[in-house]
Amino acid sequence: MDLFELFTFVVFFLSLVGIYGVLALGLNVQWGLTGLFNIGIAGFFAIGAYTSAILTTADSPGYVGGFGLPMAVGLLVGILLSGTIALLIGLITLNLREDYLAIATIGIAEIIRLVLKNEEWLTNGVRGIAGIPRPFAGWFDDPTGVTNLLVVALALVVVYAALERGRQSPWGRVMRAIREREIAVMAAGKNTVRFRLESFVLGSAIMGLAGGLYAHFFGFVSPEAFDPMYTTFLIWVMLIAGGSGNNRGALLGALVIWTIWAGTEYLTNAFAPPEYLTRAATVRMFLVGLLLEIILLTRPQGLLPESQFVTRREERRRRRSDISDGK
Amino acid sequence: MSLLSMTRLRGGYGGADILNGIDLRVEAGEIVVVVGPNGAGKSTAMKAVFGLVDIREGRLVFDGVDITRLRSDRLARLGISYVPQESNVFASMTVHENLEMGAFIRRDDFSGQLARVYDIFPPLKEKRASRAGSLSGGQRQMVAIARALMLEPRLLLLDEPTAGLSPAFTELIFEKIVEINAGGTSILMVEQNAKQALGLAHRGYVLTLGANRYEDTGANLLANREVAEMFLGG
Amino acid sequence: MVLEIIQLTVYGIVLGSIISLGAIGLSLLYGILRFAHFAHGDVMTVGAYLALAGVTGLGLPIWAASALAVGGGVGLAVLIDQTLYRRLRRTAPVILLIASVGIALILRSLVQFVWGPDTQVYTQELQMPVRLLGIRLKPTQLQIVAGAVILVVILHLFLTRTRTGKAMRAMADNPELARIVGIDTELVVVWTWVIGAALAVAAGIFLGMDTRLQPTMGWHILLPVFAAAILGGIGKPYGAIVGGMVVGIASELSTMVFPPVYKPAVAFALMVVMLLVRPTGLFGAPR
Repeated sequence: MDLFELFTFVVFFLSLVGIYGVLALGLNVQWGLTGLFNIGIAGFFAIGAYTSAILTTADSPGYVGGFGLPMAVGLLVGILLSGTIALLIGLITLNLREDYLAIATIGIAEIIRLVLKNEEWLTNGVRGIAGIPRPFAGWFDDPTGVTNLLVVALALVVVYAALERGRQSPWGRVMRAIREREIAVMAAGKNTVRFRLESFVLGSAIMGLAGGLYAHFFGFVSPEAFDPMYTTFLIWVMLIAGGSGNNRGALLGALVIWTIWAGTEYLTNAFAPPEYLTRAATVRMFLVGLLLEIILLTRPQGLLPESQFVTRREERRRRRSDISDGK
Repeated sequence: MSLLSMTRLRGGYGGADILNGIDLRVEAGEIVVVVGPNGAGKSTAMKAVFGLVDIREGRLVFDGVDITRLRSDRLARLGISYVPQESNVFASMTVHENLEMGAFIRRDDFSGQLARVYDIFPPLKEKRASRAGSLSGGQRQMVAIARALMLEPRLLLLDEPTAGLSPAFTELIFEKIVEINAGGTSILMVEQNAKQALGLAHRGYVLTLGANRYEDTGANLLANREVAEMFLGG
Repeated sequence: MVLEIIQLTVYGIVLGSIISLGAIGLSLLYGILRFAHFAHGDVMTVGAYLALAGVTGLGLPIWAASALAVGGGVGLAVLIDQTLYRRLRRTAPVILLIASVGIALILRSLVQFVWGPDTQVYTQELQMPVRLLGIRLKPTQLQIVAGAVILVVILHLFLTRTRTGKAMRAMADNPELARIVGIDTELVVVWTWVIGAALAVAAGIFLGMDTRLQPTMGWHILLPVFAAAILGGIGKPYGAIVGGMVVGIASELSTMVFPPVYKPAVAFALMVVMLLVRPTGLFGAPR
């Protein structure tokens, strides 16, 4: 591998880490901040990707599209659409039990997958949509994709900075208090459903942004890329491994887990005989699953715990629930 | 030797202690009533006997056996039955099934005890096939006490058995408690209806802030002016 | 038109039988452990493939292979519970939810690793549909409905006549009181896994008989199964049966209007409507 190839590889790798980082940050808004359980991440991711793809590609006879709009418009509409769908789901399920929300998000992701696969007039079906413009394509020559990495990095920094500011604001404190089920929040007259809705919509909108970045990064989207289980699951493992509630933890998790995921893929591609390649992929998925369970059992707070204060409070809550269990 | 003795018990639910060194005993054959203001730790003291509280310090002895940190099912086997104040029946199960669950740990034939329990609470016999959740509050309380009796316990723990009941039902439940006690079961009871409860108690305890305040016979406590001012409405 | 409706309703009852068996287990587990077991569909998948191993690997008849699969599936479920879920039970329920999503993925990867990603069938034999008053019905479909009815009757007898079954109902009703009367709650939990997994394995085998085996079969039916459990009021096993039938029949009837690929969406829509109108389920108290 010469230097140019290595550079291209690193750029490629970091771009994906960045996109997954944005996804993990989005999930952290929902789970880390208010304890909402979204297992339909792939759905919101796909909405962002397909929206931007349809809006920015050139005209095609097979399906709707050919709007040829600028990338920024594609991303923005993708964000708005993910957020809107999240708003609808949230309005229905957020005042119910947390597991109902989880089931509803699975349902939405599954329906989105079915639509992507079957509504050819809209999404070109299983063939997918190709020719999605790269950022600033045609302005200058960029064989390594470094412009793309810069765009992803910019998005990541903006999202991160905004979330960190939000987290330390009164809004963020209320959010965390809701997660801890503080009775005081309700006593203070805060409308918890409304706050939860805000965090759900915001998180999903961020996932939509990640989808748009992904579409423009690869230049091609197809339903396969948004398998509800794999994408969703990887993001969850990233957040839990990194440390939920902590934005830096979410990013660290994205980096570590993606390194493991991509690294093992590289290894199996290099060393496993071709006939075992599909099997190797399942082994990797199995191991990631196992990794998650081990983290849950041995280090549930993740690599970077949120902060001492909250952990101690968490601890106390846990001890209290032990007793009501009669232990 | 006392049937139950609680010595300098301290503990709570993981946070600050709710029990601050309580002493309490029940002799065989007694009805003992615990009264006190809200938050005095009455119910907690009773839950502590049944292994539902984090005990930090102190000792619980039942009939010579140290039960300080015993699990609930072991206590049931020793002959202690507990009727919590709230959600004390299996609402989705029939009255008959509730009584069966009361005898869950019994491996012997309990049909004799079943008949006796139905004798004590005749209305339950009529309602035996009804779901417990469909009964009135008073009848549900009967189911709860009847369920606890299915073990033929030596000690019955009752947490506010008349809470929320009409005066007529309160009267009835107290009558039944005396009847059960006459059958040989010792009773430790927490009550809000302090006047009536102390009236039928052999002995009573007044708790405040998780510690003993007064301890005397039921009659003497009723006659005590300070106690009367505190709890009995003057 | 009328005949078509009847025909689809019959198919709906077949699908409903499969969904019900899954939903009963889900509901029982929810009632006892208070968490939504997201790996339930994949337990179905594992069961279906274990039976396949019995049929193609050991050359057993399907009923013997099924018995073997039930044993295997139950053993696996109890093992997972004791090594993983039991240790997490004292933390927030939502942690169990995440853990079960992980288990779903682990099980699916295992199935894909051992049996490969391609679809498979129990038998290559062509099924000749029986015609009855103009209604077509394959013998396997009759077997599925009959099998489901038998299992439900056995479950009913277990829940109402046996000590363990009653303890299970008692614990679902009032866990605190169950402990007070001396029920060994950990043992009840193990029994719940035994029943839930056995029914899931049966549902998986029936699903494989009705259609084909595929590593994602269980995951894809999870949504209708959840919809059925919620329709019946989650935690109520008898409600789950009705919920399963409603979801099954509605899904089949919907193919008159929508493309069949959207069957899961119909189940989902039913569930959403139920959550909006009456979140406690068909038989629950209105909000």
